Amino acid sequence: MALILVLIALGSVAFHLLSPWWWTPIASNWGYIDTTLIITFWITGAVFTVLVLFVAYCVARFRHRPGQKASYEPESRRLEGWLTAVTAVGVAAMLAPGLAVWAQFVRVPANAAEVEIVAQQWRWSYRLPGADGRLGAAATEFVSDENPLGLDPHDPASKDDVILDGDDLHLPLGRPVKALLRSFDVVHDFYVPEFRAKMDVIPGMVTYFWFTPTRSGTFEAICNEVCGVNHYAMRGRVVVEPEPQYRSWLDQQKTFSNFAARPERAPRDAALRRRVADDR
Amino acid sequence: MVDTPIGAAGPFPGSEPDEVELYHPHSWLTRYVFSQDAKIIAIQYSGTALAIGFVALVLSWLIRLQLGFPGLFPSIGPSEYYQIITMHGMIMVVYLLTAVFLGGFGNYLIPLMIGARDMVFPYVNMLSYWVYLLAVLVLVASFFAPGGPTGAGWTLYPPQAILSGTPGHEWGIVLMLASLILFIIGFTMGGVNYVVTVLQARAPGMTLMRMPLTIWGIFTATVLALLAFPALFVGAVMMLLDRLFGTSFFMPMIIEAGQRLHYGGGTPILFQHLFWFFGHPEVYIVALPAFGIVSDLISTHARKNIFGYRMMVWAIIAIGGLSFVVWAHHMYVSGMNPYFGFFFATTTLIIAVPTAIKVYNWVLTLWRGDIHLTVPMLFAIAFIVTFLNGGLTGLFLGNVVVDVPLSDTLFVVAHFHMVMGVAPILVIFGGIYHWYPKVTGRMLDERLGLLHFWVTFLGAYLVFFPMHYLGLLGVPRRYFEITGLGFIPASAASLNAFISVVAFVVGAAQVVFVANLIRSLRHGVPAGGNPWHATTLEWQTPDTPPRHGNWGARLPVVYRWPYDYSVPGAAEDFLPQNQPVHAAGAAP
Repeated sequence: MALILVLIALGSVAFHLLSPWWWTPIASNWGYIDTTLIITFWITGAVFTVLVLFVAYCVARFRHRPGQKASYEPESRRLEGWLTAVTAVGVAAMLAPGLAVWAQFVRVPANAAEVEIVAQQWRWSYRLPGADGRLGAAATEFVSDENPLGLDPHDPASKDDVILDGDDLHLPLGRPVKALLRSFDVVHDFYVPEFRAKMDVIPGMVTYFWFTPTRSGTFEAICNEVCGVNHYAMRGRVVVEPEPQYRSWLDQQKTFSNFAARPERAPRDAALRRRVADDR
Repeated sequence: MVDTPIGAAGPFPGSEPDEVELYHPHSWLTRYVFSQDAKIIAIQYSGTALAIGFVALVLSWLIRLQLGFPGLFPSIGPSEYYQIITMHGMIMVVYLLTAVFLGGFGNYLIPLMIGARDMVFPYVNMLSYWVYLLAVLVLVASFFAPGGPTGAGWTLYPPQAILSGTPGHEWGIVLMLASLILFIIGFTMGGVNYVVTVLQARAPGMTLMRMPLTIWGIFTATVLALLAFPALFVGAVMMLLDRLFGTSFFMPMIIEAGQRLHYGGGTPILFQHLFWFFGHPEVYIVALPAFGIVSDLISTHARKNIFGYRMMVWAIIAIGGLSFVVWAHHMYVSGMNPYFGFFFATTTLIIAVPTAIKVYNWVLTLWRGDIHLTVPMLFAIAFIVTFLNGGLTGLFLGNVVVDVPLSDTLFVVAHFHMVMGVAPILVIFGGIYHWYPKVTGRMLDERLGLLHFWVTFLGAYLVFFPMHYLGLLGVPRRYFEITGLGFIPASAASLNAFISVVAFVVGAAQVVFVANLIRSLRHGVPAGGNPWHATTLEWQTPDTPPRHGNWGARLPVVYRWPYDYSVPGAAEDFLPQNQPVHAAGAAP
């Protein structure tokens, strides 16, 4: 038993050091997350190894032999106090950097560009602000065949919004992005492993997270919250490229006006708008 | 610990009425089927839970078949896969683990360990089992319902759980919710019993601080369950109303496949809060009894008092209390207000302190002990290793920002399997090897037990330890297949195949265990009343197995704490709790 325990402790450490399975190369500003994770690995790894080896020692040293008798020692306030204090320090050493990084995670930089990610079973769509630099209003009520992302047709700000329905999302390199997330049906989650950050997409509300792409390339986005039978196949792609390429790509995209340039559908929209107003 | 005798030695006059003719059952039916004897109810609970647990084990094989060898088994499609993982998870967490620890160990051990004749409400206790059985049958019925069982994931998040994109949305989800409601009703009947029995029916001299840690664990877990299950209950009722009557508790306006549904105004996150307000204490509903049982196993088989008993009791209570203020650490990336993260990460990491104290005290109990590596002891040591491993990875997931990349990956799957799957199940096995002699009067076969132990322990570790690294890589959980993702190297598939093969071997070892349980019933070595030379009251009964009423004519009187092992000056290396202080020679 003792030998096996030693093997478990050392084997786990060896596996950690030698295993080919490790995180993907980072492509966003969230290196802090990796750092916190590494700190946690060091502290917990040390605790695990020490304790398992100590158990192994006890099993070997105090295994029953004829005539052996255990010592009688109900408690030791001093020892328990020390162990509690050391544990508290170790926990604080992980929690403090964790909370510090979280403080950055929840505070979106003022210069972050808004991007909308829309989820539905089982695909991703995206919306980028047009020339006016801001996203128009949108709501589930407005969704129709001609208006797949449910933009408010009466909000002037939505006219020039770029709609990506079935295409890849492009992002400029090195600029903070605030991703606004919407869903029309069930809970989804937008996750690009290289960006580290992720967030659930909840129907009926807008959730968000932010990151800064730091590496050019094409990255796979997956749905990371079970969303029905095709959950595993709900994938998207994010292309990160330098600003000039991004600009020229953006200029070629269709805006909402292209989508909405259809015969007048005002009466139905007006009724919908009233209902929305009532709901609020 | 200095214990002074409470009152005079011997029975308390007038504390018990004389035996009443109507007290004992008279027919086979009332003795073994509709029994009000907590010991029989415990066996019924455990048997049912192990039976449905075997269904969950088979489901886990199917999961591993698909993950290890995708495409090889065309009968497992995405729909079936999601149904399999959902049923596996729900059965394991609720219908196996909760039922075995509280309904099984709780029923058997509470009256015996505190020196009571039975639970205080035997009739309600019997009902508890039958309602539980009904809940299991309703759950099983969903396998045969049109559309099959629900495939919503064991967390049953709406809206998807009741929408047409999820398998089993027709009847599976309805039966699942109905079954959960029944389970909670049944559990409440039992839970009230456990709490009142511990508080009211302890033998003379059995003060709270003389209770074995097993009882402290089960008692605290039951209190948690009585407070936590109602949250799941209302969640299930509301979702049932949403599904059957078109209400919108959890349903916002929804456009499904181009069609607008008749829902609006509800919020899916409300369900998540209700679910995890139950779901997190649930982890400790399973863990606290395991903590208690493993403390007693280690102490008994190391022939040494548990180190820091009072600290252990307070740690159980502290963990139980804290477990109610950490639920949203399951929801860091749920879209709830992100500022919650600061609070829940702090409370979550604070829980690590009392939990670590428990681990230290188990390890320090081994220190300078007289360790008998019996099968129960091996399981207890294996628990320490796996629980330590799973507890430490909890520090990753509890620390809000570290959780962001890891949530909903295989890291989470590996973590919770290690900490609330493998570790508690090792304790269940250890507990069964430990108490089987009391239940049946015979020992379980040791060689089969060793085989079962080594394959299960090492196999489970090999299954779940490497799995963390797949999660670190970004492999998501609940994926029918992971092909076609560039960030996942081909070697991940090899690792998955390896994990699957090990999982099949571990599963096969459980057949050995069941065979041992059945074989030893007739062929086991007769155990006698106290084969482990243990101090606690259940080993001091006049009969083994104990008869109805447990104690014969007189209730035991308790004179000492439950851990008087290897007391200096005593003739034997254990002093039973009911041994008077003056008779023990040099009293501690």
